[in-house]
Amino acid sequence: MNHAFRALLKSMFGSLRDLTPIILVVIFFQLVVFGQPMPNLSDLLLGLFFVTLGLTFFIYGLEMGLFPIGESMAHAFARKGSVFWLVAFAFSLGFGTTIAEPALIAVAAEAARVAANGGVIEQSQSAQLSYATGLRYTVALSVGIAIVLGVVRIIKGWPIHLMIIAGYLLVVIMTVFAPEEIVGIAYDSGGVTTSTITVPLVTALGVGLASSIKGRNPMVDGFGLIAFASLLPMIFVMAYGMVI
Amino acid sequence: MMLMNLLDTFLSTLKDVLPIAVILFGFQFLVIRRPVRNLKNVLVGFIYVIIGLTFFLVGLEKALFPLGRLMADQLTSPDFLFDESGVLPDVVNWADYYWVYIFAFAIGFSTTIAEPSLMAVAIKAREVSGGAIGVWGLRIAVALGVAVGISLGTYRIVTGLPMHYFIISGYIFVVIQTFYAPKMIVPLAYDSGGVTTSTVTVPLVAALGLGLAETVPGRNPLIDGFGLIAFASLFPVMSVMVYAQLSELMSKRNKKNIDK
Repeated sequence: MNHAFRALLKSMFGSLRDLTPIILVVIFFQLVVFGQPMPNLSDLLLGLFFVTLGLTFFIYGLEMGLFPIGESMAHAFARKGSVFWLVAFAFSLGFGTTIAEPALIAVAAEAARVAANGGVIEQSQSAQLSYATGLRYTVALSVGIAIVLGVVRIIKGWPIHLMIIAGYLLVVIMTVFAPEEIVGIAYDSGGVTTSTITVPLVTALGVGLASSIKGRNPMVDGFGLIAFASLLPMIFVMAYGMVI
Repeated sequence: MMLMNLLDTFLSTLKDVLPIAVILFGFQFLVIRRPVRNLKNVLVGFIYVIIGLTFFLVGLEKALFPLGRLMADQLTSPDFLFDESGVLPDVVNWADYYWVYIFAFAIGFSTTIAEPSLMAVAIKAREVSGGAIGVWGLRIAVALGVAVGISLGTYRIVTGLPMHYFIISGYIFVVIQTFYAPKMIVPLAYDSGGVTTSTVTVPLVAALGLGLAETVPGRNPLIDGFGLIAFASLFPVMSVMVYAQLSELMSKRNKKNIDK
């Protein structure tokens, strides 16, 4: 027990160390730049304690739950040898984790407002809602396809840089043709799709796959799933903007 | 009050995790049809992750976000930037916003260091590379990339230059770098663009972007407020490759010294 407690304390100190930069930045700007006292010191300390505790639990849970299940499923699919089920799993994981992502819901609603103000769609509530929903499904679909593409790449051993460069080219070409209002949202949508729970799972899936398929190197082939998941939404959202 | 807050956040985190758990366990039991090794541990791990995220989010909302948002507002308000009267001059000089760029850099760096998904990837990268890629090296490289990206993004909002100029030149740079960087870092570098922007960074950065776009004359918050996240996901790709190139250079030089 004593040992476990000491381990917990140690990782809490680690989390506190990770937070030190934010604390310093906030204190510096508040005291030096604005020349104001720190407000609500007790709230601040309690909040920091919570953040520290939260990070500690998160990292623990990551190594206990998320990483092992991601990798063991990757191994199991590789042993099973069924590409169909692996692809189905990859798609569900990408689509399912994105459709409910709160950051995406917020961005989609914002995008609908932009589109309504720009006269692309009607001002009415229902038109905006259907635009936002369409956008969410578009992004979720693109993330699902992205994970599938990434998984197939690992199986086949395709070189990632050629695929990413082709994706960049497509983004650049579409930027020229897509309506101006959608471009900023499209660029941002690449960043908001990858949540704190998806990232560890998808990373473990890729690394697990690459280490259980002969001839693949987990370092060279295992990473890159997230890259696809942030690139494809840009392309799909611009396409959505062009079609609507 | 506090307890309600925790409970609310716990429930919404649970709601976010539920579809993921359904997919994972659904495939596990219906398709793979094998018992999970250490099922108890995995379940406890999931509960830890949910509890951890709950405390993390409530703590951020309690301590850092209100202050960070307040700072973003204050930094972009005319009476801080110019004089007490709060009147904006007709033409603003981009250099008047220097505190904004410094704040963007500092907040980009410090929030990225605390970003949980980056930690996850860094832990995995160290494990896979057998320690060749250190957790801290990667995290600092990514954080510097985000910091530069966000300050450049705020500069773009102030000057009103079109975003795609920056993004496209960034792409060209990444493509050229890809051919010179050590092969094993390339996929990880591409990935690090996507992992930087989640729980901690996005809310603060969005507040900064919208605040700027609302107060700088001639900017439209609906068009110019977006785009900071894109900057924050592009620049880490470059900085991680630079980090790998530098460490390769250093180890070569060390080897030379030993050989002598």
